Amino acid sequence: MSNRRVVVTDCPGGPLLVRGADEVVGIDGTAAPVERAVVAVCRCGRSDRLPWCDDSHRDRRRKTKT
Amino acid sequence: MRLPQPCGPLSEGVVETLRARPNGPHAVPEPRAMGDVTYPLTDRDFQLALWILYELHYRGFDDVDDPHAEWDPLLMVSRAALERTFEHAVRRLVSETPDEAPALEDLGDTPAEQVTAALVRMTARSGPSDVAQFLHRRATREEFCSYLAERAVYHLRESDPQSFVLPRIGGAAKVALAELQYDEYGGGRPDRLHQALFARALDSLGMTTDLAPYVERATGATLASVNLMSLFALNRRLRGAAMGHLAAFEATSSLPCERILRGARRLRLPDAVIDYYDEHVEADAVHEQLAIRGICAALVADEPELAPDVVLGATACLAVDGLAGEVLLDGWRTGRHDRAAG
Ligand code: FES
Repeated sequence: MSNRRVVVTDCPGGPLLVRGADEVVGIDGTAAPVERAVVAVCRCGRSDRLPWCDDSHRDRRRKTKT
Repeated sequence: MRLPQPCGPLSEGVVETLRARPNGPHAVPEPRAMGDVTYPLTDRDFQLALWILYELHYRGFDDVDDPHAEWDPLLMVSRAALERTFEHAVRRLVSETPDEAPALEDLGDTPAEQVTAALVRMTARSGPSDVAQFLHRRATREEFCSYLAERAVYHLRESDPQSFVLPRIGGAAKVALAELQYDEYGGGRPDRLHQALFARALDSLGMTTDLAPYVERATGATLASVNLMSLFALNRRLRGAAMGHLAAFEATSSLPCERILRGARRLRLPDAVIDYYDEHVEADAVHEQLAIRGICAALVADEPELAPDVVLGATACLAVDGLAGEVLLDGWRTGRHDRAAG
């Protein structure tokens, strides 16, 4: 890609949409490779797939685990 | 794909017409036969007739020789008659949907804010569907397969209806829809095409990837849920509804996919099945934001008069998909539902 602009879009109450990034680095230094054109980075901390949003921010009730 | 077996006068009329020799006399499906249709949303014959007519605009049928069938004026007359009845029933269902939502004007200052708030609000209310919970906790392998068979009618054509909307909208909304569709279509990788992921899931379970048998066993309500997307996408005047439908569909997909994924793991289904649902948890969390904020908000910023249609499409999606889910659950409950195809 020639257009290397990285754009972050705010989704209030939900994730950040990130376009054009190569990886997202977690606090422990683990780098998650970006594998789609746009990714949603979790901001609520409730996702089971950090750093990615898995829509858990919508689920007001406690999460059930199997 | 071959033509599916008809199941009543309306679908028979359509199939007979399509089988007729090119330039031969056309048996126009008789719109008056629709007088017998009491509830088009669950009427299998009605929905199958419409589905077959719509499919002419997608991949078509190997056993239809007439290459002009797609735009045959007489078939168009039949399609329009079926669509009128269908749209009327959908609008009625929407108007009967209990709605405590505030008026659009009270949800924000601009049409974009209003529509965003309305879509977030209406999709937040729906928890994981009963179908997803059933698949998560209780479904047998057979019932899980029957779910895949039912959904195959959509997933083997996944995202195709919405592609018809691309030339019908402009600006930022068009760009966002293209971005979403690019992801649905594999992001440049043919092996990640979502339709292909689903076909692989079917294949891994020894189920056919031919659409016709699934169409023949799908309930009327499932066919209606797929026809609804074509109705909105193939009529330019309904482009707002098409995008509202997409937003509601994506916004209510991620959490159920997570449940279904856990159900597939519980049943130790093949990796291809896991992969399909796994991909959709993450993808649809992105698509939801793209559809609500990128597409619908931008669309109504551009064409404010479409705001009520966006809400209509979203409400119709939740109502009709809800109906299809209920019918499916009823089938499982009574144990009458056919077991896995293929
Ligand atoms: S922001 Fe969506 S799961 Fe955290």
